[in-house]
Formats: sequence, structure tokens, C-alpha cells
Amino acid sequence: MGHGGGGTLSSELVEHVFAPAFGSPELSGFPDSAVLRLGGARLAFSTDSFVVRPLFFPGGSIGDLAVNGTVNDLAMSGAVPAFLSCAFLLEEGVELETVARVAEAIGAAARAAGVRVATGDTKVVESGHGDGVYVNTAGIGLVPDGVDIRPDRAVPGDVVIVSGPIGLHGVAVMSVREGLEFGVRIESDCAPLGGLVAAMLAVTPDLHVLRDPTRGGVAAALNEIAASSSVGVLLQERALPVPPEVANACALLGLDPLYVANEGKLVAFVPREHADAVLAAMLAHPLGAGARIIGECVDAHPGMVVARTAFGATRVVDRPLGEQLPRIC
Amino acid sequence: MKYLDEFQDPELARRLFDDIRATVTRPWALMEVCGGQTHSIIRHGIDQLLPEEIELIHGPGCPVCVTPLEMIDKALEIASRPGVIFCSFGDMLRVPGTGRDLFTVRGEGGDVRVVYSPLDALRIARENPDKQVVFFGIGFETTAPPNAMTVYQARRLGIRNFSLLVSHVRVPPAIEGLMTSPDCRVQAFLAAGHVCSVMGTEEYPQLAERFRVPIVVTGFEPLDILEGVRRAVRQLERGEHRVENAYPRAVRPEGNPAARRMLADVFEVTDRAWRGIGTIPASGWRLSEAYREFDAEQRFEVGDLTTVEPAACRSGDVLQGLLKPHECEAFGTVCTPRTPLGATMVSSEGACAAYYLYRRLAGAPTPVEVAPVG
Repeated sequence: MGHGGGGTLSSELVEHVFAPAFGSPELSGFPDSAVLRLGGARLAFSTDSFVVRPLFFPGGSIGDLAVNGTVNDLAMSGAVPAFLSCAFLLEEGVELETVARVAEAIGAAARAAGVRVATGDTKVVESGHGDGVYVNTAGIGLVPDGVDIRPDRAVPGDVVIVSGPIGLHGVAVMSVREGLEFGVRIESDCAPLGGLVAAMLAVTPDLHVLRDPTRGGVAAALNEIAASSSVGVLLQERALPVPPEVANACALLGLDPLYVANEGKLVAFVPREHADAVLAAMLAHPLGAGARIIGECVDAHPGMVVARTAFGATRVVDRPLGEQLPRIC
Repeated sequence: MKYLDEFQDPELARRLFDDIRATVTRPWALMEVCGGQTHSIIRHGIDQLLPEEIELIHGPGCPVCVTPLEMIDKALEIASRPGVIFCSFGDMLRVPGTGRDLFTVRGEGGDVRVVYSPLDALRIARENPDKQVVFFGIGFETTAPPNAMTVYQARRLGIRNFSLLVSHVRVPPAIEGLMTSPDCRVQAFLAAGHVCSVMGTEEYPQLAERFRVPIVVTGFEPLDILEGVRRAVRQLERGEHRVENAYPRAVRPEGNPAARRMLADVFEVTDRAWRGIGTIPASGWRLSEAYREFDAEQRFEVGDLTTVEPAACRSGDVLQGLLKPHECEAFGTVCTPRTPLGATMVSSEGACAAYYLYRRLAGAPTPVEVAPVG
């Protein structure tokens, strides 16, 4: 299970097993989506599979995730998402009504994201061999001229911005999956980020890196960027936008909000001279209304993420190994 | 669930740091008993910011770390059997037994489930009457009462396919064991607040008096710990050795009487082996005679299983405060969260895990010098 957690084990599976076997230059640097030249255009191309229990949770469903996850992977290359494929893996015995609800959610999310589902596939597996419904989506989008956003483009001096409160999706799913009551309803932040990225690119095409901090959370995303670009990242712990309800839930379970999944947030590495203007554009967009500068790129400790604590000490923010496990007491 | 921001306030922390600096005149060694306190200290960098005279020694209070190897192996043996649903808190799944862990058993087809409450395991037992459901009951005085309650409920509801693999431990005998060791350097204790919220503070005055050590009951947020350090240092500087409660919002002298009654009903005190440390007299609980039928060791006949701890792991020294994690030769080289030699490297409250997670810059425990952001 750890190999699917979005941490070190996931990365190693891709780096040591899949990438060498495929041998494609497009996989270099492991961006969220591949940017391919086709004719005169640059196309971003990405795929993702969605396995979530329960299928419906506060603030979204597997259908919303299936659209927004792939749309956001395209947007992290600066692409304007255009078309999706959608493949269903259904478990024998799943209610048709459930499948219809998921399909409705996919349609609605696609319309909201401004993309069209252009092709698809359906397979059924025997009862007991699936969790009701699995969905895979792939997507393509156009990358505007002059835009070059890659995980290996961060340089010392870049300002690190996060688009809003972190940890909501992971805690929302956990609250219903495990039947935990946190005293307040916590909703997933699941949302398509193409519009927010377009608003940022309208300020400057020179965004260095964008990443949506899904599995493994902000910590995994920042570590991947630090490793890809061979830069250090210095976070200011006090600047991290952690909603009180997420902080409380994480404190209860012994989890760190930095490692909890998000589905409607991005982290951006922006040249310092553009940082204020990009932040202003984000704040003016509904999906960036909670945007904050959380740190910067530094020469020190290349490949590592370090946080300055509230009291002025420092600590390493490591890559998660696999999934976080709630503590015993 | 408020009490978070209030107890992480940098300005209040600065005042406490200043007060401690103004009080301390010579070196003192304080032990924080609980692994949760250790993680808070390392995560927030409290030890980096305290005056150099104050050494924080990390104690044995990580329930996952001290669960003996043979108990882990018993869990692995039971979880591997067909017809068994083995339930555990999440952080036990990565703890290495002899050659494998509970994740491995699950990967091999064993039905190992993470639960958030022992009562969830009881629910699973009700829903699966044709299976044997076992809950791994480990931990200190904090987790023992709910586990006792689960067995009590199982009997009340007539659920026979449920049992408890018990490896509970008690803090006061561990403190006594530490203080009677000839290597002990501890001059004051920060006692674990959540343990005292259950058991109260009645067991501590005799320890403070006998060993002439201040014991300050402390919470887990940074300001809780700083207040505990402040009070302990003040006592040490004055030559005092009292029990103080610096966690009054959670701890009353009598503790939680209902939880204590449940413990006394379902469990009885027994000698218990601590991983890396050895057997400490009267330091554990087992099911009392009246509830012995719910004992998984008996039900699955694994009581005879014994194992040998690998010599390379020095987690026992770490747990007794004799060795800092980074001083271990194996730390960060052959011993990492992926290839742990002992539980201290994988437990969410383990001292080795705290150093590995938060201090792993060039292998040194010192902070890096970095310029503040803009």
C-alpha cells in the first residue's frame, strides 16, 4: 500500500521500475503531465487513476476527483485543459444508481472545468476484486506559447506560494471513511485549477514550477521540486495556512497537515520580482483567495526542505515514506 | 479542541525561554518520559533554543517502542492464521518483528486492519461471527482503559469471537527502574500528562521523595513543555524535589476514577518485558483471572513463543536516555524508517524517528543556518 501513498516508495516504483522499462524521454523529471510537440502545438498529456473509499465524501466524489485530478495535472504544466478520456472499472454487484451518480458527477465537474469527455471504456471485475467503482482519466490540453513550467526549473530566490488552506481533502475523506467526528464538518477542497493558473499566467508567463500537492501533501510536492531542481526550500511554519479544524483533527490523530492530501490547491515557485503581482492575481481568484507566501528557494541544503519553526528553530520536512499512520495515543 | 494556538504562541514561548535562561545557573539533565513530548520537542526545535546547561534526555514512554519483540512476533503469528481478523492501531503495522511486520502479513494475504478505537474491533467481531477478531492492546495507562472497556463490553454483549493481545505497560515502575540504574543521569522528570489524566498524580510523590527528583506533570504542546522545564529547573536550582502539576487543564490529582475502576476490574498488575530494556517488575498489566478467556495468547496458544532481539539495535539505550539517536552507529545508515532495526525508528513517538524526520541534515542534530524569508 505504501507504494501508492505518493511518497518515497511511490517515486521509487516509478523511477526504478516503470521509467526504465518504458524508456521514454518525455518521462524525464517526472512532471505532472508530459509536454509533447505535435505539429506546431505543444500539448500537455496526463493520466491518473482514482481509488477512493467512500465514493462520495463531504465536498466531492470519486467523479469530481477523476476530472479535477487530471485537469489539475495538465494545469500544472500551464496547459489549458481541453479533452478527457474516462475509463470505469466496475465491481460486479455495484448498484447502477451508484455508477450513474458517479457519471453525473464526472459530467458536472467536466463542465465546470471547461473540458469535454471525448472517449472512454468500461470493464467489470468479479465481486470482491474491487471497491465498487474505480475511474481512470487521461487528458490533453494546449500549452500557451512562452510558458515553460517544469519541476526542475526552481532556482534559489524563487518565492514559494500556496494557493490556500491545506489538508482539507485528506481530513474530509478520513472523517467519513473512519467515522471520525471532529465536531465540525470538514469538506474536501476538490476543484479545477485551470482558471487560477490562467490568472497567474496573465501576470507573467515566467512561472517556474507549479505542483498540486495531492497524495503526500505539500511536503511531498516541495520535496519533489527540491530534488528535481537541486535547490533547498525554506518554509516558514507560521505562514502555512492550516485551518483550525484541520489542525485539530491532525493533532488528534498524530498526523502532520503538511503531509495530508489536497485536491484543489497548488504550490507555485515564482521569481521574486513577480511574486507580489502573482500573489495579488491569486488572491483575486476564488480558488486562490487564501493564497500565502510560505517560503523561498535557497542555496543551502540542496534537495531538502527545511522549516523554520514558530520559535525560530529549524527542522527537516522529509519526504513521506508511504502513507501516514495515525498514532496510538 | 481549542488549546492549540494558545500553546504554540511564540511571544509566550519567548518569555518562558527568557525565564528559564534567567533561572539556570549550572547543568541539569531532564527526562521527558513520553515519546509524544520528545516529538514535540524535536519538531518545534525546543532543545535547540534552551540554554546549553539544560539537557533533555528522551525517555522510554513510546508505547510502540517498548512493546517486546516476542509480543510483535506473537501478533504476526496470530495475524497470519486463517480465519483471523487482526486489528491494530496504525503505528504498530511497521514495527519490525523477527524478519517481517504486520504490513508484510497483510501483503501475504492476512486480514490485518487499522482501527481508530478498540471498540471498532469489537464492532468488526459482531459483524464477522465466523471469524476470530483480535485487537492488539498495547500502550501505557492512556490506552489501557479503553481496551479494558472493550473486553468488558465483549463479555456484556456475549461476543465470544473477540480477544485481546495484551502488552500494556505502566509508567511509575519504569521511572523506578531508570532511577535505580547505575548509569542514570536524570535529575528531574517531565511526566506524561495524558497518563496522569487517567491515573492522577498519587503514585509520584513517593518516587520524587525516594529518588529526590522533581517530577513535573506536563502536556504536549510547546508551551506545556517549556512550562514543565521552567518549573523543573526552578526546583532543581532551589534543591527541591516535589511533584508539580503543570497540566491542570487535563490532570486532576485523582485522575479519572471511572477509568481506574475499569482497569482494576479487567486487568491485574504483572511483570512485563520492555523492548530493549528487559523485564521490569510490576510494570505491566494482563487480563485478570475473571477475563482471562479473552486473552489472545491463551486462545491461540502462542504463550510459549520466545525470540531474540538483534544485537545491532541500541534502541534500549535510547529508551533509557543513555544514547541520543544520532550517536548510534546504525542511525541513518543501516537503520532508517524503511529498514528499521528497532521500533524507535518507525514509531510515530519514537526518538530515533524524531531525529531522522526533523534533524537529518548532514547527519548532525544541529540546526542549519538559514536566512529568514524576506
